[in-house]
Formats: sequence, C-alpha cells, structure tokens
Amino acid sequence: MLHTLAVLVENHPGVLIRVAGLFTRRGYNIDSLTVCQTEDPELSRMTIVVAGDDQVIEQVRNQLSKLVVVHSVTDLTEESVVDRELALVRIQVSSETRSEVFQTVDVFRGRVVDMGRNDITVELTGTIKKLDAFVHAIQPYGLLELVRTGKIAILRSET
Amino acid sequence: MGEETTGLKGATVLLNALQQEGVDVIFGYPGGVVLPLYDALVDSPIRHVLARHEQGVVYAADGYARVSGKVGVCLATSGPGATNLVTGIANAYSDSIPLVVLTGQVPTTLLGSDSFQEADIIGITMPITKHSYLVKDARELPRIVKEAFYLASTGRPGPVLIDIPKDVLAQENVEPFVAEMKLKGYKVFGRGNNGKIEEVAKALSESRKPVLYAGGGVVTANAEGILRHLSDKTNLPVVTTLMGLGSLPAGHPNLLGMVGMHGTVTANYAVDDCDLLIAVGVRFDDRVTSGMGHRFATKAKVIHIDIDPVEISKVVKTHIRIVGDAREILEEVLDSLPGFTVPQLSDWWSQLRAWQNEHTLGYDMDRLTPQMVIKCLGELAGGEAIITTDVGQHQMWAAQYYPTAHPRNYATSCGLGAMGYGLPAAVGAQIARTDDKVFLITGDGSLQMSIQELGTIAQNKLPIKIILLNNGVLGMVRQWQKMFYSERYSQILLQGNPDFVKVAEAYGIRGIHVDSTEQVRSAITEAINHPGPVLLDFAISPEEAVLPLVPPGNVITEMIVR
Repeated sequence: MLHTLAVLVENHPGVLIRVAGLFTRRGYNIDSLTVCQTEDPELSRMTIVVAGDDQVIEQVRNQLSKLVVVHSVTDLTEESVVDRELALVRIQVSSETRSEVFQTVDVFRGRVVDMGRNDITVELTGTIKKLDAFVHAIQPYGLLELVRTGKIAILRSET
Repeated sequence: MGEETTGLKGATVLLNALQQEGVDVIFGYPGGVVLPLYDALVDSPIRHVLARHEQGVVYAADGYARVSGKVGVCLATSGPGATNLVTGIANAYSDSIPLVVLTGQVPTTLLGSDSFQEADIIGITMPITKHSYLVKDARELPRIVKEAFYLASTGRPGPVLIDIPKDVLAQENVEPFVAEMKLKGYKVFGRGNNGKIEEVAKALSESRKPVLYAGGGVVTANAEGILRHLSDKTNLPVVTTLMGLGSLPAGHPNLLGMVGMHGTVTANYAVDDCDLLIAVGVRFDDRVTSGMGHRFATKAKVIHIDIDPVEISKVVKTHIRIVGDAREILEEVLDSLPGFTVPQLSDWWSQLRAWQNEHTLGYDMDRLTPQMVIKCLGELAGGEAIITTDVGQHQMWAAQYYPTAHPRNYATSCGLGAMGYGLPAAVGAQIARTDDKVFLITGDGSLQMSIQELGTIAQNKLPIKIILLNNGVLGMVRQWQKMFYSERYSQILLQGNPDFVKVAEAYGIRGIHVDSTEQVRSAITEAINHPGPVLLDFAISPEEAVLPLVPPGNVITEMIVR
C-alpha cells in the first residue's frame, strides 16, 4: 500500500541526502519525494510517498524520526487531505488532431502554456489519478515529453 | 600600542570548547590540514595520545568510552586520515558507543575540487554516524561541539563526526560567545508511562517461566545495580548478550550466561521455553536469534524496553513496548512491584538447574587449552580487571570463561566484529582507568591487524598485559570450514607469523612464551606482578573449537554442544 508522509526537516544543505540515503540503505522504495522551504525559512517540508505494509511504514517513520534534522513525521494516509500533483506534458498535434487534443485538455481543466507548430505544452494539476487518466487519454495523439512533480498534500481544515 | 582583542584562533576555540565538555584526552594522528590544531595543542592542557594508525586512534577512543562511560574523542587529518577512521566509526555505531570524531578537511576554497588529501568524509560516514557537521565558520564551533557531545552521549549513544576545514582552524580573531544548542528535531526518551509499567508488573506476577534478557542498553544506562535488585527480589533468571556481559556479575546464582550462537545451553533453552521475555536494551541481533526472529521465544509474551523506538518490534514481535531509559524504567518496575505477588518460580528454577547440571561448559585439563588460560586469568586477575578482546574464537572463549564482575570491565567489538580492535581499545581503557589492570585477550590473526599499536603502549608506558592465544591460523574461519565446508581449509594458515615475543621485545615490551599447562599459572602471575606491559604467547592447538555453537539457520535450541 502507498503511504503519504509529511516530513518537516531543517532547511540546510545535506538534509535531503540524509533522508534519501536512509531509504536506499534500508531498501525502502520511494515512490515520489517533493521538497521545498515552508512558511518558516528554517524548515522544509518533504512529502514522501512510499510503498509498504504497516510494519515497513512504522520502521520508515521511526527511522526518519531518528534523524537529528527531522522535526516531525506525519502519516497522512488515513487522514482527510487535499493532495495535488503538477504535470507539464508536451503533446504532438497536427491540423487533424488539434481540436480533439484541445478538447481533451479542456475536459481535464488543463492549460496550454506553450505552443509550437507541431506540439503544445500543457500544464495540469490534480490528484495522481486525474493526471494518470489525462496521460492515458492523450497518449494516442503522441506524448512527446512528460514531467511530474510528485504528490504534495496538506490536511483539510476541520469543519 | 596594538589594539586589544579578545579574539582567538579557530583551533583554540575548538580546544576550549572540548575542555568545556570535560575532555582531558584526545587520541589522534597529525597531518597537513590539522596543523593549526596541533600547533594550538602545544599550549593546551588536553593530553594527546599519538597512535600508530588512525584505526588505532578511533578504537582507543572507543575503548576509553566503553570503560569510562564518558565520550571518547579522536582526531585525524583529512583524506586518508579520515577514511582510516571509517571502520572504527562503524564499530562505535554498531555498538552505540559515544564518540566525537574530529576530522580535518581541506580549506573551504578547495572543497569539492578533488584537491590533495580531500575526501567527502561526511558523505562516506553518513550511514555510520548518529549525526555529522561540516564547519564553515569557526564561530560555530562552540555550538557544534556542545551539540556533538550532547548527541553522542544522550538517547541511544553513537559517534558524531565534526569535519573542520583547515582555514576554519586557522581563522583569526574569533570572538568567543555563548554556545546555545539548536536541536529542535532531537528527542530523548526517559521515563516510561505508568500504564505500561503496570502491565509489566502484572505480566511478571502472572508469569511462571520468566527470563530477563539484558543487553548493551543496560550498560549504557548504568542499570546493572537496579537489574540485580530486580533479579534478587523476584528471583528472575537473567541471560545476557555479549554487549550485556557483566550486567549481572559472573557467579550470581540467577545468571544463566550468554544467549545465542555461542551462548550456554541453559540460556538458550530458557529463552526458547520461557513464557515471559523481558528484553532490556537489546536489539535481537542475529547472533542471538540466529536470524530467526519469527522462531525466537515463540512461547513468550515479549516485553521490550529500549531507548530507541526503532528497535522495538524490528525483529521479534513485541507485546509490551516501552521506550525509555533502562535504569529509570527498571526502577519504576521495581517500585510498582509491592502491589503484586512475586511470581512462584520454583518449578522453573528446578528445570533451569537441571539443564545447568546436564550441560556444564567444559574442557580438557591435560593439554594447554585456551579455556584453561582464560579460566586461570579469571582466577588470578578477578572480575575487577578490565578485559578487552579482539574478534574470533578467543573473543567467545573470553566471553564464556572470564568472570566479568561489572559491565564496563569488558570491551569488545560486538555488532561489527572488527578484528584489530582489542589492542588499541586496551590503550584507551588503560588511559581511562590508570589504576586498573587491563588485559587484552587476542589471537594471532587479530593482533596482527593492529600490532603497530605496541608502539603506543611502549611510548605511553601502559602496563597492559596481552594474552595471545596463538594457534597459527584464523581459528574461527577454520572452525567453520571444518564444520560447514567439509574441512576444505582455505586461506586460514598464518605461515610467516613472527615470533611475537621477539616483536614485543623489539618494542621494549616483556615477552614470555608459554607452551605447557604447568607454565600457565606462573606466567600469568609473573605478568600481573610485572610493572610494565607484558605479552604472553600461549601456544594452543588449531583444533580447539568454540562450543556450544548454533549453526546458521538453526533455532537457538539446536546447538552443537561437543
């Protein structure tokens, strides 16, 4: 099962390698990892998606918590969260397919951010499932290049 | 008149910060980039012990830390100096030994340019340090040193590395300032919670076949006194790991011995048959569980007390988990006991005594055996002496036959199993505890991995007694080749061994050959009475085996006993 961990770490050089190194060393596989500075310039937040059963995830959490540079580890998997991923997709277009591609982009609420003679670049945010579905839908027209950020997630406000 | 300044050089700031932490000795080896530090050492009250190899430097600091309970400090230059420390750092990490490791680094202007004697020691040691620092500004040194000592010695102890570029050591006019730690992400666990303590007391009162399983965490927490108290009060049988030797003094009636691959038959049977296993400061190492966590203590409710939450349920499923300091938690358990009935263990003890009577550790008396030598050493030196060992057969014989009275009297490389550890560790131990007798028990393979440290012993006039069990082979490897590889002996003969007595004498150390049983007692007595260092070279047979032995892949009750 995939787990989403929110990890608050110190915003210093070398922190990423300590975290990533821990995963390599212990044979855990990172599905995705995003990291950037938070509202507090001394802290960065990593969103790490990792596969494993309960025992593996508990080890991952404990091992992460043990690092001196890690301030907190929260498992968001069972929580109510807002999560998003950003993708940039370059798609081949021709005069015949152009309008269909644009329609598809529209359906997924994508935004065309660059345009060439034979290709367009689309920006798309959404859940991982939505991005997967878009990639699947666009594939027949010619997917030239794809870049995805990996998931970020934040707890929903209590209502 | 020049302008008055309160500023100091980076190197002096570093040494002052070390002094603030109570450091009075550093084990080190100089080199190019640490010259500013060696220059500052000339004016410092801190004693520097010069080893003969950086590996000796770090093992000595480790031995010092194990027997004193203080943080060991070692120092090496950049590049090869730093990389030569790596095995010793890994050793300290494996056994949770508090070290502060100082390495020199090339100047910040040359960092990352593959310059002369440059190595990314932070990157190299990241998996084997508790934490590490690259110092970019000498003004940070007081804080970093303070943090490093705190990190090394609190929680689960371990090695912390501080990498210091040459220009930082040479930085001029560094204003001294108060060092405040910035360790927001670091948590130390102390006391357990009351509910859990009650669960332990209840489990104990209900148990009919309990066993207490004590490891290195008992040593670290200085919990041996309270452990003994608990065992005495409840009549709890105790087994120990190699790291936990001395947690209950040898000869104590409740001690069943070491558990695991070379443990006693009784200890292994007891763990297998118990209905309650109270594991304290252990990590269920595969040298104990045979790598068979799922078949270890299967009839027992398992209580695991450890300061490191990562260790709990890592190998063996735990029923009651308590994260915290072993001493504090055992004290709480003991305090909570009056409300409960102490378990009735007479049936259990008759079973344990029956196993003990059936399976005593034994050896031949009519030839010179390693067991006899260690037994005799135990009688003459007593459990108050400090033992360091190397790694191999002699290490296990020492663990089985030497009567260790206190946990900090036994320094050996457990988790990493690093040959070459014993001699420099003895140096560190003797420097930490000047008035105590220090004995190194070693083999001819191990000794030759650090033999140059005889020079350190000679230079510092350390009265260490070396018990060399010399069989001319790599004994443990030979034993395994004999037992598990159809006697196809491969690369175990140490032909070309020197005359070790002459080697010792070449360093000005007294050497004595012993090749008959009659000489054993008199030679050890002579060594003990000699004021300086002595090497005793015992000629033993390569056929001697370490038994019992749990073959790999067997559960711990499936032992080869003789």
